[in-house]
Amino acid sequence: MRLVVKQGRVIDTAGERIVDVAIEGGQIVEVGASLTGDRTLDATGCVVSPGFVDLHTHLREPGKEEAETIETGSRAAALGGFTAVVAMPNTEPAQDSVAVVEFVRSQGIKAGLCDVVPAGCITMGRAGEQLAPFAELAAAGVRIFTDDGNGVQDPLLMRRAMEYAKDLDITLAQHCEVSALTKGAVMHEGSCCSRLGLPGWPSVAEELMVFRDIELCRLTGAPIHLLHLSTVRSVELVRAAKADGLPVTAEACPHHFTLTDELLSSFDAVYKVNPPLRTAADIAALKAGLADGTIDAIATDHAPHPPEAKEQPLDQAPPGMLGLQTALSLALDELGLDLPQVIALLSRNPARIARLTDRHGGPVEPGRAANLTVFDPDATWTVVPAALASKSRNTPYAGRTLHGVVRHTVLAGNPVVVDAETQR
Amino acid sequence: MKHLRSIEELTVDDLVGLLDLTDHMTEINRRPIPKVPALRGRTVVNVFFEDSTRTRISFETAAKRLSADVMNFSVSTSSVNKGESLRDTIETVSAMGVDAYVVRHKSTGVPWRISDWTEASVINAGDGWHQHPTQALLDAYTIRTAFGRRTLEGLHIAIVGDVKHSRVARSDVQAFTRLGARVTLVAPATLLPPSIEGWPVEATTDLDAVLPELDVLYLLRMQRERMTEALVPSLREYTDRFGLTPQRVPRLQDHALVMHPGPMNRGVEMAVDPSELKGSMVLHQVTNGVAVRMAVLFKLLGSGEVG
Repeated sequence: MRLVVKQGRVIDTAGERIVDVAIEGGQIVEVGASLTGDRTLDATGCVVSPGFVDLHTHLREPGKEEAETIETGSRAAALGGFTAVVAMPNTEPAQDSVAVVEFVRSQGIKAGLCDVVPAGCITMGRAGEQLAPFAELAAAGVRIFTDDGNGVQDPLLMRRAMEYAKDLDITLAQHCEVSALTKGAVMHEGSCCSRLGLPGWPSVAEELMVFRDIELCRLTGAPIHLLHLSTVRSVELVRAAKADGLPVTAEACPHHFTLTDELLSSFDAVYKVNPPLRTAADIAALKAGLADGTIDAIATDHAPHPPEAKEQPLDQAPPGMLGLQTALSLALDELGLDLPQVIALLSRNPARIARLTDRHGGPVEPGRAANLTVFDPDATWTVVPAALASKSRNTPYAGRTLHGVVRHTVLAGNPVVVDAETQR
Repeated sequence: MKHLRSIEELTVDDLVGLLDLTDHMTEINRRPIPKVPALRGRTVVNVFFEDSTRTRISFETAAKRLSADVMNFSVSTSSVNKGESLRDTIETVSAMGVDAYVVRHKSTGVPWRISDWTEASVINAGDGWHQHPTQALLDAYTIRTAFGRRTLEGLHIAIVGDVKHSRVARSDVQAFTRLGARVTLVAPATLLPPSIEGWPVEATTDLDAVLPELDVLYLLRMQRERMTEALVPSLREYTDRFGLTPQRVPRLQDHALVMHPGPMNRGVEMAVDPSELKGSMVLHQVTNGVAVRMAVLFKLLGSGEVG
């Protein structure tokens, strides 16, 4: 079957042009004017971009299927325009063995809505004590490793991990948090937490580990990816590291560049997240970092939790919010960047960090795998939690009207989302 | 007024109005039979997720003096221990017909969440380190009564000790300053909140410097576990810097009041016998607590005259 995406504004690293894109056998076969095929997808007035790649998705399966499954999470991803998601390894059991990563990958293939890319653990059981079998996992196709949720606290262990990882063509990704400084923490440490009498999460707890890992990167030469940065100083440290030419990359989440700690005054745990929502100054720094390339990618940290978990008191509720279906819209509405930049932050750059450029991240040209997102940047939609595809409802944007509607998502040549509806 | 969840949610007029109503309740409490039918047929449920004998008994006494029906819901005997969520618990109890919940919980914000799930009034009897509004009302009432005034205008009050972990301090700061007092926090930086930006207070670590100018010395409870968190080196050093010691007593003004929310750590923050202190208000605070809670219950649930 030959599929043609008609009349879209194709935007990728090669620039922008209004063309048709013909797809056959999972690949882009032709890009040009007036193409015909067995099936067409109308993209008039829409942007056609390389499929989005999320570096940071919690799919909860195996272990917490009451919050999300690989199938429901993949559905949310496809509807959000993502053709690949990196599945975080804090599952039960954790993704520290070939058996578990193979299970996650096969569930993703079974769902068939999105390329589910399992991340491996840095340490066994994410316990911070013993290295996970990097080479075994790398041989099974794992390219990105993290203990996300837990920063690797021991600097010697992190040094060894980076040294050992060096020749394996993999990326280590760090959740930057010195846990001794965040014991019991519920929200950003500042005037709001002081008033509410909640244990604070100081910015320095993140920045100390950002600094440490940048220095370990300098020492070992191994690349390091810094997950969900949230503070002014973290951005400054990464900017300086990049100026020194170090192989450091970083991501930021939409909630961190759109929401502040003041929202916790409602005592609604939907606003509890790790790292926490911070201040207007931090938002400004993240936006500047995304604009000037200090921060390479937008990542969702999609973290579903069922209502009964989020209805607990603030200090007991688990951190995390949904993100897959709102990421594009928030990037369009809040960053003030032009479309090519937003698209690079959502596709090319994260594909590079996850080492998926063989099939994701574009460019849109013959011979490339047909992973495409077609979205209308001007159309609006309103966030209704119950209408989201995730099994959970914990979005902090309920009721918000946002720009940017994903019309079609094409995964390896298959139209998995057509007219904003999943096809399976 | 529907709820009493924090002092912050009250206007100055609300505050003064509640204190005036407390005068009336104090009068009732002095009668030979201190009981009126004002809240007959009303149901008040004490929901205490954290142990507190004195606050619970104070609320229970207050409700009974107004002839309300009182139910005590204590966590150790409840279905919360069987895994029922807070929301399900509240919705279940509410279905039986409840007019007010008196809520104590170790977590900040629980009274606000409960008020989202019930039509009943919610009275915060202490949430985490956040608020304890009836304590602040009884403290303000104790001070204004002792000085024979309607507000706290012109008084200098020092709150000494572990402000960081204290819902009493957060509520008192708001109540005292709204009523016109000047408030100084006296504590090492480890026992202050990370930021007091925007708080209408001064802060110092030098108790002896402010001691001679105080109208009220308000001592907070110093919990012993704070030492293991490296917040103070030792209780001995804490007492030396921030405790009311026999050496400090003569440096207080003659009219100065000494207050404490209880339970006291004798020999730590209170290193003298309060019964030998002329200005000790500790037992007055407890007595006034019942009257203040009667005023709050009547304000939220009552109508017309108290009787």
